[in-house]
Amino acid sequence: MAEVLVLVDQVDGEAKKSTFELLTAARRLGEPAAVVVGPAGTAAKLTETLGKYGATKVYAAESDDAANYLVTPKVDVLAALVGSAAPAAVLASSTAEGKEVTARLAARTNSGLLVDVVDLDAEGVGTHSIFGGAYTVKAKSANGTLIASIRPGSVDPEEAQGTPATEAVEVPAVDGAKAAKVTGREPIVGGDRPDLTEASVVVSGGRGVGSAESFDVVEKLADVLGAAVGASRAAVDSGYYPHQFQVGQTGKTVSPQLYIALGISGAIQHRAGMQTSKTIVAVNKDSEAPIFEIADFGVVGDLFKVAPQLTDEVTKRKG
Amino acid sequence: MTNIVVLVKQVPDTYSERKLAAGDNTLDREAADAVLDEINERAIEEALVIKEANEGEVTVVCVGPDRANDAIRKALSMGADKAVHVSDEALHGADILQTSKVLAKAVGTVEGVDLIIAGNEASDGRGGAVPAVLAELLGLPQLTHARKVTVEGGTVKVERETADEGITHLEASLPALISVNEKINEPRYPSFKGIMAAKKKPVEKLTAADLGLDGEVGLANAASTVLESAPKPPREAGQRVDDEGDGGVKVAEYLASQKLI
Repeated sequence: MAEVLVLVDQVDGEAKKSTFELLTAARRLGEPAAVVVGPAGTAAKLTETLGKYGATKVYAAESDDAANYLVTPKVDVLAALVGSAAPAAVLASSTAEGKEVTARLAARTNSGLLVDVVDLDAEGVGTHSIFGGAYTVKAKSANGTLIASIRPGSVDPEEAQGTPATEAVEVPAVDGAKAAKVTGREPIVGGDRPDLTEASVVVSGGRGVGSAESFDVVEKLADVLGAAVGASRAAVDSGYYPHQFQVGQTGKTVSPQLYIALGISGAIQHRAGMQTSKTIVAVNKDSEAPIFEIADFGVVGDLFKVAPQLTDEVTKRKG
Repeated sequence: MTNIVVLVKQVPDTYSERKLAAGDNTLDREAADAVLDEINERAIEEALVIKEANEGEVTVVCVGPDRANDAIRKALSMGADKAVHVSDEALHGADILQTSKVLAKAVGTVEGVDLIIAGNEASDGRGGAVPAVLAELLGLPQLTHARKVTVEGGTVKVERETADEGITHLEASLPALISVNEKINEPRYPSFKGIMAAKKKPVEKLTAADLGLDGEVGLANAASTVLESAPKPPREAGQRVDDEGDGGVKVAEYLASQKLI
């Protein structure tokens, strides 16, 4: 069976959940081979975890350049492996970087590219959810190796025991005139809440929340539900909540089991980021708010009365 | 002197209903109002700011059907100096890789380019990949998703900000390619004078053949094939209640009935 290369999405040697989703999808197409690109020692920290999700091999591409240049070292490593391992496919997370790496790789290897798929079958047919979930599109690669980025949270990760052997691979030398040097990093400081795109419950606040301080009401409900906190563009633009939590056309696309919208009118750009959520609950003062058109359960009322009551009720039911 | 190329795209307005054509699964350009993509206005603004500080020329490059001329005129009315418009029926159905190839050739017709500025992702396809592929094809450093750009002498510094990675500080020598995110700036409105002046600015029209890409591009030559597309059935509104002091309890009951709590 041919190998399927999975570009490991990791931070400081800790795999993100999306890596397990990629390994799960890779098993449908062949033998998952995880590719770790990072500074020396990164692969060793990851090998055991990658094995738990069925990786049969770990390619360790480790060097200082791998960490000190943007995107291109990953493309260089994967392109070399596409040549030497002749994989059935190359998969990466559909993050900003994952999309850039896969697109450059497809251009360099003259391969078909599938961007941001939400499913990938054993025949290599990818499913896209476009225009904010208004359309479903199926596509396949017509050239070379299938290269795809998969939207985090769209595949259920399944464990499968593997005992991967590690194989060191070279990181090709970087041409400084063709690459961007990384001179500093300020990673997002993750709080105790789950990641927005990984969470099974998301509680979001909009303009109706009214101020940064009042977002407390959104956070309290999120915390009793073990949910991530999101915000509409209107709330972010008004400075109520940081940009990294924005859900919508110009923010993140989420598809949780439950999405609770507090004080969000439901402009088309916000819906584009959340309308594929399984269940949608909305609380808004305005009975005409478009969010009610897509909500499974809507309450016309003051979010500052409804949300705290819901928080108390959930706490009570949890006992 | 900093000579800048700005890539622009005409997209269906995100405020209107966007559709795919039933026949060949390509974008139905007639279904929605067509506008200059908002992120491109920010790319133009950034180019103009850099030009104002360093002098130079701003050239707009656009690949799209004839009606994309409206988007180009808007870019020119904001203050860009000239434009290259690649318009060709043969490009219908081009994918990300082909579009990038066409853009690379079109950028190649502009002399002495120091900086290419793009939006980080278009609001229609949301691939976020064209700038990266263009850097690949042109052999330029890629400084994408910029929320801040500084050009000093032959060096460009960028603060890259993405939702997954946070902030990454980048540096490269010119020539280079950057893409901007929506935090980069607030684009200016075209002035009346700018709108009048734009009518006289040169727009060079090119075809795929002019760029030596005849027979290499378009739907039939795409590296990925769309097999089918279908609109999702619209979500239907479920229950709605007015809060009579027990709204929170009612939501909890609903969530419990759905086994969500």
